Amino acid sequence: MAVNINPAETTGKWSGHEHRQWQLRLYVAGQTPKCLAALANLKKLCEEYMDGDYQIEIIDLLQQPQLAKGDQILAIPTLVRKLPEPVRKIIGDLSQTERVLIGLDLRPR
Amino acid sequence: MSPAKSIRRERERLLLIKAPTGIAGFDDITGGGLPLGRPTLVSGTAGCGKTLFSMQFLVRGAIDFAEPGLFVSFEENEQELTQNVASLGFDLADLIKRRLLMIDFVRAEQSEIEETGDYDLEGLFVRLGYAIDQIKAKRVVLDTIEALFAALPNELALRSELRRLFRWLKDRGVTTIITAERGEGEFTRHGLEEYVSDCVILLDHRVIEQVSTRRLRVVKYRGSFHGTNEYPFLIDEHGFSVLPITSLGLNHQASTERMSTGIAQLDAMLENKGFYRGSSALLSGTPGSGKSSIAAHVIDAACARGERCLYFPFEESQPQIMRNMQSIGIDLGRWVSRGLLRFHPARPHVYGIETHLAMMLKQISRFDPQVVVVDPVTNLTEVSSPLESKAMLARLVDYLKVNQITALFISLTSGTHQTEMSEVAISSLMDTWLLLRNLETNGERNRGLYILKSRGMSHSNQIREFVLTDRGARLLDVYAGPAGVLTGTARIVQEAQDKAAIVSACNEIARKQRALASMKDAMDAQIAALHARFAAESSELNTAISEGLLAERALAEQGNILGNLRGGRASNGSSSGKKGAKHGRQYQSGRDNGQVERART
Repeated sequence: MAVNINPAETTGKWSGHEHRQWQLRLYVAGQTPKCLAALANLKKLCEEYMDGDYQIEIIDLLQQPQLAKGDQILAIPTLVRKLPEPVRKIIGDLSQTERVLIGLDLRPR
Repeated sequence: MSPAKSIRRERERLLLIKAPTGIAGFDDITGGGLPLGRPTLVSGTAGCGKTLFSMQFLVRGAIDFAEPGLFVSFEENEQELTQNVASLGFDLADLIKRRLLMIDFVRAEQSEIEETGDYDLEGLFVRLGYAIDQIKAKRVVLDTIEALFAALPNELALRSELRRLFRWLKDRGVTTIITAERGEGEFTRHGLEEYVSDCVILLDHRVIEQVSTRRLRVVKYRGSFHGTNEYPFLIDEHGFSVLPITSLGLNHQASTERMSTGIAQLDAMLENKGFYRGSSALLSGTPGSGKSSIAAHVIDAACARGERCLYFPFEESQPQIMRNMQSIGIDLGRWVSRGLLRFHPARPHVYGIETHLAMMLKQISRFDPQVVVVDPVTNLTEVSSPLESKAMLARLVDYLKVNQITALFISLTSGTHQTEMSEVAISSLMDTWLLLRNLETNGERNRGLYILKSRGMSHSNQIREFVLTDRGARLLDVYAGPAGVLTGTARIVQEAQDKAAIVSACNEIARKQRALASMKDAMDAQIAALHARFAAESSELNTAISEGLLAERALAEQGNILGNLRGGRASNGSSSGKKGAKHGRQYQSGRDNGQVERART
């Protein structure tokens, strides 16, 4: 199950002069509470901080185990920021919002 | 196999099925390999060979036992790993192509990871499971999973996940090796032994006096008998090998077969037959006393019989030995080219003694020779303590005896009695001890050889002078006479003197014989002269006697005639004799008359 969530396409909103396309990938393994919590937390964050200009790809490793190698996935859930570069990995259920924002470079370290 | 041993084997088989590692020697000390379908922890300091041990387990499993293997590397990528083990003879790319091996590089960088709440390692599980399914792996290596402790900050979560991982691997039924760094006072830095309790193997790489020795120890092997000693191991161009010392024991066969030493006179000292096959001989001597030359003879004779010989020189290179032996007329090169003789030179200080011996045992088991020469064994003892060296030599000697390999250990002594005493430690392991001594007398040095001991035969107790000629070594009887034991020119001089003495004695006898003969001649001459004189005188006397008798008769006749003339009894001739006897005085006068008569005639 790879689900693409792309609000930009539906809303047509762009964030003015400093265009930042967010490309995010969330690795999960089945519908575990941790994975569901991570997805919920991620959506909330994106709405709040990314101004609708983001793409979320959800990869369920139970269905596509071969994809674990590509992004060096060990922990589940793992959020990978593909864009903007550099690539960042954020592990856990994303419940600690401050740490997620740091991880995504939305807050200074 | 003894009954007790087979029962033990049988019991082990029932208790625990093992996955052979294919690592030489290791399967011996563990009774078959690693526990099948269970995780094993291999721990050691950096650079001690953990990765190699694991990789060999997979490669041999894939090639020899048709068990595909998965190598999960947390430190090196596929390319690096392939390059690292290529020098050890493993062609990983080929195995990967044949789907017998898979390398999965798991990179976990702390700098890239931000922890934001609960997580588990399901990603790793999925990944492993997927890789295992792909090649149907039976063997898995995690090298080294401790890298995760650096990458993931939440140690508590990690520990519970590792516990789950090992359980999961067990459930999958794969035989797993988990490597770990040796920690302070612990087997592993992060206490992984807590989770992996079936089998723990410790690798060690010690450097003592700048000489390194690698050792392996099976710390724990649940449900199995295992050797508990520290076993030296080797990493060379053929990979990882553990010194197989399970043969250590005194139950080897004793052959009655004999083999010539290649020197007829030396054979003669050993009951005319030479060494026992499978025995160990110590050949000790001072520098330049001809030890290597005797060894070359033994090798030459063995190769000529079609036997294989393995030579371990620790001082000279192969070409140097071959050149030197050429000078005494022994061509070792022809045996080398026929594959009967192999040299394995090494400097003693390159490794520790255990590594040396492991290396030697490996070479021996590979070449399977009938004769082994170690030249000199004393150099090996230099790189270790006497106790260690004796223990290791005992292992070597036992190994050789079990395999019925005749061994010649050359020992270099400084010639003093103290050194000979210190060799006693080694010599007790030896069956035959030949001692070469430099005998210094009259400003020259000569070589003497004698047999200190030779078990199981009535050997000669004589010293022989050992001479190297351009046609090989020869043993000569030394001069042992009233002037003492002499060798070299002194022997020759003494022998010449003896010869001269004998010649002059012979001359003296001849002279005396001649004197005696001439004395006899003189005596005979005298006898002859006496005889002649006697003959001359006796004939003269006889003449005189007969003349006397004639004269007497004539006188008597004259008397008769006179009587007849005076008494007229001339007719009575028969009584004339009586009358003559009665009248002695008449005879006297008649004799006077006779004389007158003779003078007259």
